[in-house]
Amino acid sequence: MIAVSILNRLIMAAVTLFGVAVIVFVLLRVVPGDPIAMMIAPGASPADIAALRAKYGLDLSLTAQFGVWIEAVLIGDFGTSISLRRDVLELLLSRLPATLELAFAALIVAMLIGGTVAVIGTLFRRTSLEPAIDTTNGVLLAVPDFVWALALVLMLGVFIPVFPLSGRIDPTLSIDFVTPFYLLESLVRFRFDVFFDVAAHIVMPVLALALPLATVITRILKETLLEAMVQDYVLLARLKGMSETRLVLQEALRNAVGPALSLTGVQFTFLVGGTVIVERIFAYPGIGNMAIDAVINRDLPLIQGLVLVFGSIFIVINLAVDLLAAALNPRLCHG
Amino acid sequence: MTENLLTVANLSAVSDREDGVPVLRDVDLTLRPGEVRGLVGESGAGKSTIAKAILGILPRTVRITGGRIDFKGRDLLVMKPRDLRNIMGSEIALIPQDPQTALNPARRIGFQLADGLRLKRGMSAKIAEARALQLLADVQIRDPDRIMKSYPHQLSGGMRQRVLIAAAFAVDPQLVVADEPTTALDVTVQKEILRLIRRMQEAHGTGVLFVTHDLGIVAQICDSVTLLYAGKVIEEGPVRDVLETPQHNYTKALIAAGPRYDRPDAGLEPVPEAVFRELRQEIGID
Repeated sequence: MIAVSILNRLIMAAVTLFGVAVIVFVLLRVVPGDPIAMMIAPGASPADIAALRAKYGLDLSLTAQFGVWIEAVLIGDFGTSISLRRDVLELLLSRLPATLELAFAALIVAMLIGGTVAVIGTLFRRTSLEPAIDTTNGVLLAVPDFVWALALVLMLGVFIPVFPLSGRIDPTLSIDFVTPFYLLESLVRFRFDVFFDVAAHIVMPVLALALPLATVITRILKETLLEAMVQDYVLLARLKGMSETRLVLQEALRNAVGPALSLTGVQFTFLVGGTVIVERIFAYPGIGNMAIDAVINRDLPLIQGLVLVFGSIFIVINLAVDLLAAALNPRLCHG
Repeated sequence: MTENLLTVANLSAVSDREDGVPVLRDVDLTLRPGEVRGLVGESGAGKSTIAKAILGILPRTVRITGGRIDFKGRDLLVMKPRDLRNIMGSEIALIPQDPQTALNPARRIGFQLADGLRLKRGMSAKIAEARALQLLADVQIRDPDRIMKSYPHQLSGGMRQRVLIAAAFAVDPQLVVADEPTTALDVTVQKEILRLIRRMQEAHGTGVLFVTHDLGIVAQICDSVTLLYAGKVIEEGPVRDVLETPQHNYTKALIAAGPRYDRPDAGLEPVPEAVFRELRQEIGID
């Protein structure tokens, strides 16, 4: 049954991705701006421009262009970047791991912070700590990722310079990475000097992305936890002598986590979107940073490839969240 | 005369939500070891409040203003929290009202049954599991192995209530508070559950405080009964005496209000307004 529903979701995913491809392709061509104009030298002749257009297939009709592109994409050819003059797929694959590490680290940190604060708020409900947590969380809910990024730069990069301000790794470190997953690879290879350097570089962008999500998780999870805590099964467990912490973690949490988890899936897509600006602020070499350059240079094939990658990430995340929710809630598995 | 297992004396409480309206007025109530006492009244009569006061789970809006609740000679109301925790779920257990919400939907039945045994009797997981299996057989659940591994949503309401009864009697308590345990069930299942509670109670020699609004249930399962109205004890005594020779007009009217299986055309008479007036005057409200 689960296999069928996954298959359904995959078919849906393919349809969604196709829609994304159409929309981005059309949008990029209706908005003003010409990639060729960005690359020609001043004073190029109309013949040169026409030749360049023909070279990148921009002289064809819109539908013909789309057909050529989508056909190539289906066999894994995303075209050549106009601004960087390199294979788009190669560029994406070289940059994507950095963004994945950043986004997933941020997701884990957000769940840890958000979950912990929600649990603490539940444990201290009806004490003076609860309104303090609620108010602080409510205020922080309104702070977007790039404001966090700037605040972190100011606090932990400038006033108390504990973390490096930009980049992904100290270039003077000598290590030859086999994979582009620096954080994971250095950990697996027990190169702790490298791991701590990469980790130090990632701390601030991770926090900037994680904190907005953490506040949302806290808000929702605390509410559902409080709801679960007044259920009869919690009361019975309390009568059986379960400690308050165990009541929250063992009895209430699994029943309360569903809505927070679904919302995390939705919000995580915003987080991935947030990598664009946050990577820019920290000069972090991921696809988000690359996306800004691609847009500035009107690098159509690269933008299209990037959007498809972002779209795929969103779809995979949502599928994973649904599967996780089913795994945690036995009612969804057994129907 | 044997010593009482439970003695509620002059218990009074007010609701803070409704500007200090009394919800219990000088309630007296006793329960001997092995006795089943019905605690009967309409909604808001205070029967659940008494049950919750005994278990120490009163809502914050209800405040006890006087009296005592002696369990085996010790007042639960002034007991240290640590001693209370030792007694609750060990010597005093609860059969809840709604089996739909009283089992954790995310945990297997076996673990939930074993909780009390592990936490209160210090059993190892393995021994507790074996004991839980035995308990399920005791409450006449067929195929207990499968039920142990099931989640609550895979069980019917009656089955769930059996599991909860098994959990309540698992720790061999001296007092079980049954809070309308059949209200949420089908009538056909009700009778089985009542019989089961009586059987378990007799086998363990447990005192049961049975909260209900149904005099028919009282007649089936209880030895004695306490009838409440607006937080005040109206009548109390052995079930036979109270049901056959009721002293108070309210009791008489309530009995007349119940359906008569022998005479379907009679009965179902609402309690007359005059009886309520008399009651209120007696208690001193309005």
